[in-house]
Amino acid sequence: MRLTRDIDLAEECVQDAYAQALRTWADRGIPAKPAAWLTTAARNRALDVMRRDSTWKRLMPMVVEDDVVEERSFEAGEIPDDRLRLICTCCHPALAPDARIALTLRLLCGLTTAEVAHSFLVSEPTMAARITRAKKKIAGAGIPYRVPSAAELPGRIDAVLSVVHLVFTTGHTAPIGDRLRRGDLVERALDLARILHKLQPDNADVAGLLALILLTDARRATRVDATGRLLLLADQDRSQWDRAAIAEGIALVRQALRRRPPGRFALQAAIAAVHAEAPNWEATDWDEVVALYGLLVEVWPSPVVALNRAVAVGFARGPAAGLAELETLAVEPQLAAYPYLAASRADFLHRLGRDTEARAAYDEALVLTDNDVERRFLLDRVAALPG
Amino acid sequence: MSQYLIMIYDNEAAYEKATADLNGKIMAGHQEFGTKNASVLAGGNALQPVSTATTVRPDGAGGFTITDGPFVETKEALGGYYLVEAPDLDAAIELAKQVPVIDGGLEVRPIMVFN
Repeated sequence: MRLTRDIDLAEECVQDAYAQALRTWADRGIPAKPAAWLTTAARNRALDVMRRDSTWKRLMPMVVEDDVVEERSFEAGEIPDDRLRLICTCCHPALAPDARIALTLRLLCGLTTAEVAHSFLVSEPTMAARITRAKKKIAGAGIPYRVPSAAELPGRIDAVLSVVHLVFTTGHTAPIGDRLRRGDLVERALDLARILHKLQPDNADVAGLLALILLTDARRATRVDATGRLLLLADQDRSQWDRAAIAEGIALVRQALRRRPPGRFALQAAIAAVHAEAPNWEATDWDEVVALYGLLVEVWPSPVVALNRAVAVGFARGPAAGLAELETLAVEPQLAAYPYLAASRADFLHRLGRDTEARAAYDEALVLTDNDVERRFLLDRVAALPG
Repeated sequence: MSQYLIMIYDNEAAYEKATADLNGKIMAGHQEFGTKNASVLAGGNALQPVSTATTVRPDGAGGFTITDGPFVETKEALGGYYLVEAPDLDAAIELAKQVPVIDGGLEVRPIMVFN
């Protein structure tokens, strides 16, 4: 019973307070009395919404509970577990992956159901049904609303990180539509990663993911030109990269890499850091990038990672070597519908002067992408081919 | 405290082929599970193999069709269950993790309570 109330409550009124807290706390740090801050924010919001409803307090156990917690006078820096509790419930492994993302965006990030639906390209009724189903599962199956035990926590944090990472990648390169980047989703992912890092400062995977988001998104201003055309890393104006984000990201990468073996996010962040530290494309330490991708393939065996490694080999040792690496990946079924394999092959073929084959490979990539910005980029490439 | 049914879905062929050693391990595993969790165990049984199953379906005309075999044919068949008391799903999952299986798995379902 309590659980249902908590989840509905979070949706009804505390959501806005959390959303505001995530944003404000991420910018300015967690206030001295976070529970009090949150309680006030949530209550103000709830009063606005539910002034007519004399039972509003009954519907706000979390806020009422915070009143109690608040009396316990916090040590400096101590963080109440409410955020971690809510994140862990939303990202419980017993929920379907798409439901975890939907609940996280809805309850933790404060997106409306319509906004969540739009982010994942489904209709609002579909998303509403998905969220309702997830809430019914939470209540019906008895998914606990609490911070997992110390033994469970690492596995559960991994599930949370996967959700945050997916929110980020969906925002970083929108799978479909007329915009390359969806800033709102990127910001949500960054907020969540920051909060997780504050809650779990010694967790190397959390530090790694936060670093990855910061370092990748530091290039946001330079990923497209003034007319919206996609710019490759090689052509981006690095003076426009967000140096503050890069500095913060690199410090976090150092922390995350101290754990052995380094985790997936830490290695991806380290690769982004190599690019961030290079003054220009030509000066990139490609051998380092190849070595990092080699480590990454070990901890996260994925054809997409292998593809990125192959591309890096092409820059470290020349297009012929890169093409040879790509050819070994052509049989990967997971890459069959992946436009970057064809696009990378096209690029290496072009560098080798094999433009007829390059054209065919670009055509293949064009068939496979639904993002308009990426399509334009590929069409420009084809147009630039001689003949 | 809620009740959860932990259903054991496993490959019957794996049990038929099991060595005496493996069989002994599985049996000991169930015994250990029962002893260790006696206080939260509300029931449990092993089922005879699927080859003994009979399916009964209303035929829509007031009668019944009786057929040999399980309701749904699957590689992993329901082979037994435990009914446990647990405060929440996480606790029930922790119990399920202790149930021995050869190459199948467990399904955890909350028991419906009618008010």
